[in-house]
Amino acid sequence: MIVKRIIPCLDVKEGKVVKGTNFVSLRELGDPVAMASAYSKDGADEIIFLDISATNEGRQTMIDIVRETAVNVFVPFTVGGGVKTIDDVTRLLRAGADKVGMNSAAVANPELISESAARFGAQCIVVAVDAKRFEDGWHVMTHGGSKDTGIDAIEWVRTAEQKGAGEILLTSVDTDGVKDGFDLELTQAVVDAVRIPVIASGGCGKPDHFSEVFRKTDVSAGLAASIFHENTFSIKEVKEDCNKKGVNIREAGLL
Amino acid sequence: MIAIVDYGMGNVASVSTAFKRLGHDVLLTDNADELEQASHIILPGVGSFQAAVEEIDKRSLRNPLQHLAKEKPFLGICLGMQLLFTEGYEGGVSSGLDIIPGTVEKIETDYLLPHIGWNALNIKTGNKAFKPFQDQHVYFVHSFEARTDSSNLVASAEYGTEIPAIVKRDNVLGIQFHPEKSGEVGVEILKAFLQSN
Repeated sequence: MIVKRIIPCLDVKEGKVVKGTNFVSLRELGDPVAMASAYSKDGADEIIFLDISATNEGRQTMIDIVRETAVNVFVPFTVGGGVKTIDDVTRLLRAGADKVGMNSAAVANPELISESAARFGAQCIVVAVDAKRFEDGWHVMTHGGSKDTGIDAIEWVRTAEQKGAGEILLTSVDTDGVKDGFDLELTQAVVDAVRIPVIASGGCGKPDHFSEVFRKTDVSAGLAASIFHENTFSIKEVKEDCNKKGVNIREAGLL
Repeated sequence: MIAIVDYGMGNVASVSTAFKRLGHDVLLTDNADELEQASHIILPGVGSFQAAVEEIDKRSLRNPLQHLAKEKPFLGICLGMQLLFTEGYEGGVSSGLDIIPGTVEKIETDYLLPHIGWNALNIKTGNKAFKPFQDQHVYFVHSFEARTDSSNLVASAEYGTEIPAIVKRDNVLGIQFHPEKSGEVGVEILKAFLQSN
């Protein structure tokens, strides 16, 4: 049987992995390729890079990072952040990314999903959705979760699937940064709305938040950033906890 | 010298690095004469069956590849594995390399598609070289699968249906998953291919 995936996310700004609760107080953590390689050796099932560079130089540096990662990391990796056009998608895939994530640009222009999927296949197109709860349901948020589009998130993931998304990377704006666990209700609602794999993100503060989201929802994968950084928790601790609680995981990294 | 057929279907850097890690010289080429000089032929690929067939025919590689598959250790990976078969139904019907009899059709399962992620291998009896990989997890990403005689099947993965994971016929091996993305297990599987030939 297919296993639940545990995915560390690396926020990369101008070529360095950074950590920070908001954009004004970012702290440099290290080299993205070295960190991705270390995570993959520790048993990460996949790596996601989120490029939050503000400059063209930063974006160009990301391409070099992707090229280096492709020859140093032997698990799949996804790159997202600032992907606006099919040329951006092409550049990242040619450099060696296994999948490309798109967020605001796909909301503004859903044809970006269909064009990318038609050219490269649905399997490498990840649509990232930031959702926030309102009285009438969950809305799609853009601009780092700060701008309400008014679009219903459940409708949007269905559209994304129909346009050719191969996977949904779902971040709950409500739980993101709170470290009190994944947004179980939103996650299950999105899983129920589509027939493609969903990655849950936002809210993971300790290892058993992974086993919780895997046991209480039908999500395919979970993503966390800060808990893995600076050795707060290891991939191994997450896998040991999942294993103990009967969650089907890949054993690499357990022993 | 291991030759990787570089025919414009996806990035080959990871596949190339995997063989280099095993201590081999690697040549990326779409030139038939250069392929003829190699000890092993690797046919990788990501994308649609029909687009891949067009790229192969555009480079007049169909006959050379069919010929090479008769005389050298030959490995197809992912889409490269699917191309080994007679006919593919992705993006319309198109003729594959017909090195192994069979077709490539959309996966029929109640589970989510694409089949993305780490799945466990089930090795068929009588395949000594691959026995160590029983229950090992490898990384899959695909929506189409091979349909071929069970005698060609070395390993499968359970996904609401039995998905062919490794196929073999004489000196030709086909791997549906991505060994170059399957961590240490993947590298060991590539080693098993090199050692079995």
